[in-house]
Amino acid sequence: MTANETLIPVNVITGFLGSGKTTLLQRLLASPRLANTAVLINEFGEVGLDHLLLKRVDTETVVLQSGCVCCTIRSDLTEAMRDLFGKRERGEIPPFDRLAIETTGLADPAPIVFTLMAEPVIRHHFRLGNIIATVDAVNGALHLADNPETEKQVAVADRLVLTKTDMCSVEQARLMKDTLRRLNPSAPICESAVDDIDPDALLANDLYDPTTKSDEVRRWLRDEARNGAARGDGHALDVNRHDRKIRAFCLTYDQPLDWTAFGIWLTMLLHAHGEKVLRVKGLLNVIDAPTPVVIHGVQHVIHSPVHLERWPDGDHRSRIVFIVRDLEQADIERSLAAFNRLGDVERRVA
Amino acid sequence: MCGLCGVLGTEDHWTDAADNAAAFGGGVRPRRQERLYRVALVNKVLAHYGFKLSDWQGSSYVLTTRTGRSEMIDHLAALWPAVERLAARPCDPLDGALVAALVRDH
Repeated sequence: MTANETLIPVNVITGFLGSGKTTLLQRLLASPRLANTAVLINEFGEVGLDHLLLKRVDTETVVLQSGCVCCTIRSDLTEAMRDLFGKRERGEIPPFDRLAIETTGLADPAPIVFTLMAEPVIRHHFRLGNIIATVDAVNGALHLADNPETEKQVAVADRLVLTKTDMCSVEQARLMKDTLRRLNPSAPICESAVDDIDPDALLANDLYDPTTKSDEVRRWLRDEARNGAARGDGHALDVNRHDRKIRAFCLTYDQPLDWTAFGIWLTMLLHAHGEKVLRVKGLLNVIDAPTPVVIHGVQHVIHSPVHLERWPDGDHRSRIVFIVRDLEQADIERSLAAFNRLGDVERRVA
Repeated sequence: MCGLCGVLGTEDHWTDAADNAAAFGGGVRPRRQERLYRVALVNKVLAHYGFKLSDWQGSSYVLTTRTGRSEMIDHLAALWPAVERLAARPCDPLDGALVAALVRDH
């Protein structure tokens, strides 16, 4: 497979209807710093690009004054991505080196992640960058309470954009941020109404970029530790009192992990509970591996493990963040511990 | 192609360390050894269902039941749905009885 550096990173932008996703896209598309980016959106009309237009390539594709390429998704995302890449190869559009994809309001990012990893043509030209979710500070609580899809989008995001904080009280915005941190302890939250939207901060610096992955891992460990302390010593906090209970917690292991046993365990867990495991993110100390191993999954789609040159700090224990729905931390911990010991006899003999 | 996740039989699976050696800083067993080790560990879990897995030509696996039924399995993710179907009972690593059996026996 081609080295990661030459694959085009893909950002997935999700958010409930009316969550400010379109406004975020408008701001990104208007930025001159998006020159090297192609953006796949649902509909031109929704975003309103006329004043930014440089030229129209065909009915689905336009180039903006910044050099950014904007394209609508006709019917099939895979086809749209292949088509865009084809145009790039033929020089019909500027050679973008980053792609952002707008999902529909209720979309599940997991199938997109899967396409990036498994689709035969796509995986040789593109790789996962990060997942961004917009949440509305005014109606977000309602969206989260009524829609499992919204909770899922927040749980799997690498970046959260809280919108419309200028239309609610400071207290309401603070409560929303607390809710988001409980659902997803390690995704940075920016407020689009207040903060400057820096396309590089939002779209770049991802887990799969060889130059930035260490920083990304360091950041989510630090955020996880800080939010874990706020929750009180490893006890997961229930996000809401409804039937659906999302829990975010971090398991820490002093003993190195047996990778083979881990693969057996996690594939079995995802078979039995795939739709309840929203996110798995881990920095692992693996038996016989001299360097740390990063794993990351969105629901049942687990990305290939990622190499890290060195540990972010002196703490070399394995840490695995789970964001799950209707599963108990203690059960997961007990189960993994039992599976991790399966190879004890074989390894002693070897 | 595995219908569940679309992975072709010859494609890397994320669980194969030998196919992702760079991720482990090179600290991986040779592919064949890793496969045999995986089979040994899986069989400790499958004992709970009365099943057995064996390596088939270094490229696939064969799952066999107590009654002699057998099925080809491409990779780990395809194993568990097959076990569940053949055993006609849930295949869940969080199952208290399974965890207790693993702790007791190993």
